[in-house]
Amino acid sequence: MLELRGIGAGYGRAQVLRDMSLRVGSGEILCLLGRNGAGKTTAMKAIMGLVPLMAGEVLLDGVSLGALPPHEIPKAGIGYIPQGRRLFGELTVAQNIEIGLMARGEGREMRERVLGLFPRLRERLGQRANTLSGGEQQMLATARALCLRPKALLLDEPTEGLQPSMIEAIRVVVRQMREEGVAVLLVEQRVDAVLDLADRVAFMENGRVVEEAAAEALRADHAIVDRYVGV
Amino acid sequence: MEFGPHLMLAVLEGAVTAAVLSLTAVGLSLVFGVMRVVNVAHGEFFMLGAVLAWWIAGAFGGHAALGFLAALVVAPLAVGAMAVLADIVILKRIGYDPERTIVATIGLLYILQQVTLMSYGPEARPVAAPFNTRLALPWVEWGEAGPALYWPWGLSITSYKLAVIGAAVAVLVGVWAVMTRTRIGLVMRATQLDRDMALAFGIPVERVYALVFGFGAALAALAAVLIVPISQAHYLMGGDPLLLSFIVVIIGGLGSLPGTVVAALLIGLSDGVISVFFSPTLAKILATLLVALVLVFRPQGLFGARAA
Ligand SMILES: Nc1ncnc2c1ncn2[C@@H]1O[C@H](COP(=O)(O)OP(=O)(O)OP(=O)(O)O)[C@@H](O)[C@H]1O
Ligand SMILES: [Mg+2]
Repeated sequence: MLELRGIGAGYGRAQVLRDMSLRVGSGEILCLLGRNGAGKTTAMKAIMGLVPLMAGEVLLDGVSLGALPPHEIPKAGIGYIPQGRRLFGELTVAQNIEIGLMARGEGREMRERVLGLFPRLRERLGQRANTLSGGEQQMLATARALCLRPKALLLDEPTEGLQPSMIEAIRVVVRQMREEGVAVLLVEQRVDAVLDLADRVAFMENGRVVEEAAAEALRADHAIVDRYVGV
Repeated sequence: MEFGPHLMLAVLEGAVTAAVLSLTAVGLSLVFGVMRVVNVAHGEFFMLGAVLAWWIAGAFGGHAALGFLAALVVAPLAVGAMAVLADIVILKRIGYDPERTIVATIGLLYILQQVTLMSYGPEARPVAAPFNTRLALPWVEWGEAGPALYWPWGLSITSYKLAVIGAAVAVLVGVWAVMTRTRIGLVMRATQLDRDMALAFGIPVERVYALVFGFGAALAALAAVLIVPISQAHYLMGGDPLLLSFIVVIIGGLGSLPGTVVAALLIGLSDGVISVFFSPTLAKILATLLVALVLVFRPQGLFGARAA
């Protein structure tokens, strides 16, 4: 279980997140929705320790991550698929996967597993990551994060710029993670793409969570969605 | 001497310069590439390598080779350890901020220089080469009976200079193998490409930085130990290697190791040839001019990747 308790965070003196709280259970998909600039990416960076916490704490399975240096946070079991993929572009597919495996000392077995999930990557092991197509890059970013055998998985707009079949492939993997008991925190722009995937939805505005609802309720009544992310 | 043999001599001298320069510049390039730190004190790590070599070699009795061998191992390690300490105590504290690290390494430059002046003194001191046989070199001449070898007077090189070239090549191959074939090399490259993502995948970036800073300084020190039997140790000797390394790193493309080595060859060889036929000052002037041209017409360096 991943939990944020009243965290504050920002860049330099500019505070972006204010008293933000959130809870994602194991085997649950929580979708974080919000307008551009609401602070969704910043929240993920704060969980990863890439922006310092000004207040509050982040807990994974009840253990506070606040005191850990940033490079220890993934080792606790958090996989991160950042916005824009951020692969190690000059390294090969195999090397990007290797870095994922190194983080938590995973080996051959895990490598086979992620290559089984994304067979296209197996055909391109020696290719440089920045020469992959957009869809292949997203597969690699996902594979790299799964290599950690994460307890919690953060996905920041994973379907940005992908064709429907590719989006479906990502959704299949996300569902499978839920089956395996991973706590999934998913940021998406397009509401329709997530309503049938998510268990719960949290709406963000100005750096805090302002409303939470079960996805089922939102499917029945779209009004609340329009209030927070409509145009 | 005729032109042909004279040119060959100049090229050989240039090759020795290029060998030492490429080691020093690769150290600077590595630090800039991975850490984005412009290390103005790099030349002082070079100088410390030479001064320590004199000191270590003097502490050993017996054959000159024994002391030199000890210096070859101990001086780079000691200088590397000092650099790691400087990284942890100074650079880490200022968060590797690009501007502040420049000021901080300028400060480090003066501290190292003054401490050396106060302890080692202002003299230039030699270190004996472990071996130093003069090897006469042949040249080809077309006589009436076809091409024939002869040994022009003055065309020679010492066995030690050849060994310096060989050692530099071996070390460069080693650095290349570490960067491309080992786990620590992979970790360094990942850190260079995206610091935040390296952190997000469990790479202890600060430890990588300390290691890279130490490794870069150790390469400079190693280059200095190799050159000190030829040129002598002096507390102000760090200036030229620093300037030339900067020139090489800019021409080669910031942070590109193959580019750095090719540029070191270019600058080292032309420095040798121009110094022999014209003057060392002209060689420096032309190298600096080349940097200006590169900065104007190809700011990413001759071999650097174009900024995306
Ligand atoms: N490195 C940075 N330095 C300063 N301010 C930043 C930085 N990154 C983001 N911000 C600011 O923080 C706020 C939140 O940005 P964030 O990237 O978290 O938004 P987001 O919800 O992910 O938006 P989007 O949907 O467009 O991805 C914005 O106002 C942004 O300008
Ligand atoms: Mg974002």
